[in-house]
Amino acid sequence: MGEVEEEQKQHYQIDLGNLFAFNPHHNFPSVPPSREELVKECLEQGTKLVQAVADALFSLPSVEDRDGPLVKLPAPTIRLPREKPLPKPRPPTKWEVFAKKKGIQNHKKDKLVFDEQTGTWKRRHGFDRVNDDKDIPIIEAKMTDEPGVDPFAKRRSEKKQRVEKQERHRLHNLKEAAKVGALPSHVQLAATAIPITGTQAAPRKVSKEELQNVAGMAATATASGGKFDKKLPGEKPQKHEKKYRKFLPVVEGSGMGSLERQQTDKVLSKLMSKNSHEILNVEKAVNMYNVKREKKRRNQPGKSSSTSSKLKPKNPHNKTSKKGSSFKGKSKKGSSFKGKSK
Amino acid sequence: MLQIRTPKTGRAKREVEKRAPKIVETGKKTLILHGTKTSQVLNTVLTEIYHLKKDNAVKYTRRNDNIRPFESGGETSMEFYSLKTDCSLIVFGSHSKKRPDNLVIARTYDHHIYDLVEVGIENFKSMVSFSYDKKLAPQIGSKPFFAFIGEGFENLEELKHLKEVLLDLFRGEVVTNLNLAGLDRVYVCTAVSSNRVFFTHCGLRLKKSGSVVPRMELVEVGPSMDLVVRRHRLPEDGLKKEAMKIAPELTKKKEKNVSKDAIEGKIGKIYMPDQQVGIVPLPNKAKGVKRERREAKMKGDTKKHEAKKQKLEA
Repeated sequence: MGEVEEEQKQHYQIDLGNLFAFNPHHNFPSVPPSREELVKECLEQGTKLVQAVADALFSLPSVEDRDGPLVKLPAPTIRLPREKPLPKPRPPTKWEVFAKKKGIQNHKKDKLVFDEQTGTWKRRHGFDRVNDDKDIPIIEAKMTDEPGVDPFAKRRSEKKQRVEKQERHRLHNLKEAAKVGALPSHVQLAATAIPITGTQAAPRKVSKEELQNVAGMAATATASGGKFDKKLPGEKPQKHEKKYRKFLPVVEGSGMGSLERQQTDKVLSKLMSKNSHEILNVEKAVNMYNVKREKKRRNQPGKSSSTSSKLKPKNPHNKTSKKGSSFKGKSKKGSSFKGKSK
Repeated sequence: MLQIRTPKTGRAKREVEKRAPKIVETGKKTLILHGTKTSQVLNTVLTEIYHLKKDNAVKYTRRNDNIRPFESGGETSMEFYSLKTDCSLIVFGSHSKKRPDNLVIARTYDHHIYDLVEVGIENFKSMVSFSYDKKLAPQIGSKPFFAFIGEGFENLEELKHLKEVLLDLFRGEVVTNLNLAGLDRVYVCTAVSSNRVFFTHCGLRLKKSGSVVPRMELVEVGPSMDLVVRRHRLPEDGLKKEAMKIAPELTKKKEKNVSKDAIEGKIGKIYMPDQQVGIVPLPNKAKGVKRERREAKMKGDTKKHEAKKQKLEA
């Protein structure tokens, strides 16, 4: 190691934290003729660099351990990108804000508490705990208590309310944290299908049958009504829930009345009933009225006396009979007239 | 309605917490994937990289036809795998006529592609082909040395990027305490020309020398190959800025002049300026001055003076 060599030794960039050494001043003036020479040259240079790092490394203060000397490495200088974003600090919870405002300190509680009732040390939470609701045999009545109120049930309902309140606050705190993006890693907030209030309609879960029908429903929009569509394996044929058109047989068999006449009669009567306003379906009107009356009578608790019940049935019969006769006469007339015209 | 979902078992909770983002990060995991077609050379390369990083690497053996790292839509599969295995480094090997023995090293940030480097592999020599003394074989998981040689690594953009990526890939965990007896491997990279890097993995032999520092000797152990840089994609500026952020707690400056004592609590020193005792003028209270005052008063206020005299006489 002469003076000349020391001068030529240029500085390498050394990063101790990464055990990294970089020689920026070396370059290959010409490509080495053979591979072995290249490898040799590289290993030589590599050795120098590693030696430089080792020099710096071994000069650090070391602590003797059973496996070997331990050295405290400095932080790496070459900065490499993170793999995940920085965790955000979570916002204080409702209780934390309140405690800070009031100056409430959080004191550690013991796991075992002395129970006066039994005179033993019992655990604070869990099986066989202090102040358990089921251990209370008697609750003394106070002057403020209402008669007829079960104090045990009252205690239970109060506890349930407290637990629900706590859950609501917990959910609120988690939602606040999720807004900022600081949700604790093991918690996931998921939206379920149960609606809270009537303001927002819950997304209805589609049933299996509905899903099976959807493709069929869409197919009816095609020109042939989805009859000749290629079906996937496992897809059931579309159900036809409406009526099929009925066509008369070409040749009328023996024993059947004139079907054509029946069909035309049906059409006629439908037309007539739609256009003439006077015709009243007598039976239907009577039935409706009677049903209404029965319902009314049942709903009113025994107020409607026998007299009213006696009176009422008389009148409607009178009315309807009058109407029926008059209209029946008219309808008969109409039909007879029509028959003649044929 | 929102529902709170937490893992039901302690084991699941621990696994989820392991994957949560931390302030100081350690140990990036590597995922090794195969492309549509891989050559024999490439298969060996991928296997050897997996062996070098056995502790924190995951190797998938199936072909993935739909991964095209440099195309805009072809990265979704990689990102999905990265999310599922919690790996932020991906090594993807494929072979085609246009790009023979192609290796793409990708880094992810928040399970999205951060940057990519594509290299071709030439003159590959496998670990098996090297013969050496078995005692020198490096242990799995030991912290490696890095030696980068060549001005290309400083001047050329692609080689600078490759240097950063190789460092990230083979670094292992960042530790504060290092056992000097466990140093046994070096990665040597030499920039042979403007686009070719000679990469090799060597074992270390520490020989006794005169001083505390042992003499290093490199013995070629592991795979050696020529990396030909083909394409690369640098990270976007905004993303890079976000990924390089350090937690503000770590950059807090130490308070000066404050020290904490167990008994007395917080102690600070008060530094008094130099008191110049001799130069400070004294107050006007010398006895000689009193006479002058008396005379001045005599001139001004006679009544008081007479009253005083009367008293004395009385």
